[in-house]
Amino acid sequence: MCLAIPGKITKIFGDNTAEIEIGGIIKEVNLDLIPKVKIDDYVLLHAGFAIEVIDQEKALEIFRAWEGKVD
Amino acid sequence: MRYVDEYRNKEIAQKILRQIKSISKKKINLMEVCGTHTVAIFRNGIRKILAPNINLISGPGCPVCVTPISYIDEIIALSKKGNFIITTFGDMMRVPGSTSTLEKEKSDGADIRIVYSTLDALKIAQDNSSKEVVFMGVGFETTSPTIASVVLKAQKEKIKNFSVLSVAKIMPPAMKILLEGKEVNIDGFICPGHVSAIIGSKPYNFITTQYKVPCVICGFEPLDILQSIYMLVKQIEDGRAEVEIQYERVVKPEGNKIALNKIKEVFKVIDSDWRGIGNISLSGLEIKDKYGKFNARKFEVEIEETKEPKGCRCGEVLRGVIIPPECSLFGKVCTPENPQGACMVSTEGTCAAYYKYN
Repeated sequence: MCLAIPGKITKIFGDNTAEIEIGGIIKEVNLDLIPKVKIDDYVLLHAGFAIEVIDQEKALEIFRAWEGKVD
Repeated sequence: MRYVDEYRNKEIAQKILRQIKSISKKKINLMEVCGTHTVAIFRNGIRKILAPNINLISGPGCPVCVTPISYIDEIIALSKKGNFIITTFGDMMRVPGSTSTLEKEKSDGADIRIVYSTLDALKIAQDNSSKEVVFMGVGFETTSPTIASVVLKAQKEKIKNFSVLSVAKIMPPAMKILLEGKEVNIDGFICPGHVSAIIGSKPYNFITTQYKVPCVICGFEPLDILQSIYMLVKQIEDGRAEVEIQYERVVKPEGNKIALNKIKEVFKVIDSDWRGIGNISLSGLEIKDKYGKFNARKFEVEIEETKEPKGCRCGEVLRGVIIPPECSLFGKVCTPENPQGACMVSTEGTCAAYYKYN
């Protein structure tokens, strides 16, 4: 029930809602819980609400940590 | 980056697995306390690829499963009152109450509607102003701010026919009870990623300081889970107990303050009944008196006497004491088509995951 899916903000409307794209599908999300988002931000969508913005820099750390690592 | 497929990279997964194998010496039990993790672990076959000394145990992380039968009976009683529309997330429809389910009541004529979001429930209230619309407020901290948000919206927009029957729960007190109960030895917690996106990392600090059990807040893709297991094994082998965040792309130590403030504004923390565990002090959320007109407990109902399904061992499964095949009903009397207990109903239930993936 705590499933949340990443999607990219494509449009922001005036009433604290936005349009996001998830794998080619467009959905409307409510921004009450993270009002300060920008176009092209990736957010996590849970039950109609964006609950957090994905930190695009921190998202790469797992690859930096493991890709060059020799066992 | 789409933040999904990239975290399913086979080469990196194998690298992490080899590292886990090379540093892991002790026999350990790691518990995940999020139903979405339970499903991700099964779907990706993670239990099977780990060395046998690392045992993954599922805990009480499925909100549908820990919801007490009496709550189902309460909402069914409301659905039978004339002039009510019950709105719910789909997972709740087939959960057995003492003598019925919402699905059965719906087929008998009750107006019960599945919604994807609390916002949809509010919309139904706006479109049906002559009826009382009740939302079943089931969920952990990921979901509770979305409930708080619509209560505030209903207040602002002066919607008079919308209310919530809250059974929302807080996760860390349940982890404390499992540690206190000592029925199962837990060497590390795989902490819930999306609950933690809201609450942050601090609410788990007591687990590392008082109980010396390592915690890692984990994402939901295979690389996230493997890296979290690596981080837990490393802590255990180093003799450390800290709260670490693997899911750093989403979880901040302080959590989501706006969401937390909405929860604090609308809800009060109360003692709450957890199916299979019992009453846990300060582990539930009830609508504050200030927002009492949005609390569905303002309606009087007669609730039938609670009856537990005979032989169902959901409680022990939820506490991680037994695995589903140890229950004599599992796979015989109790199947996803004919579930006896909630752990087989919900797609995130441990019994349903065992049935589907083993």
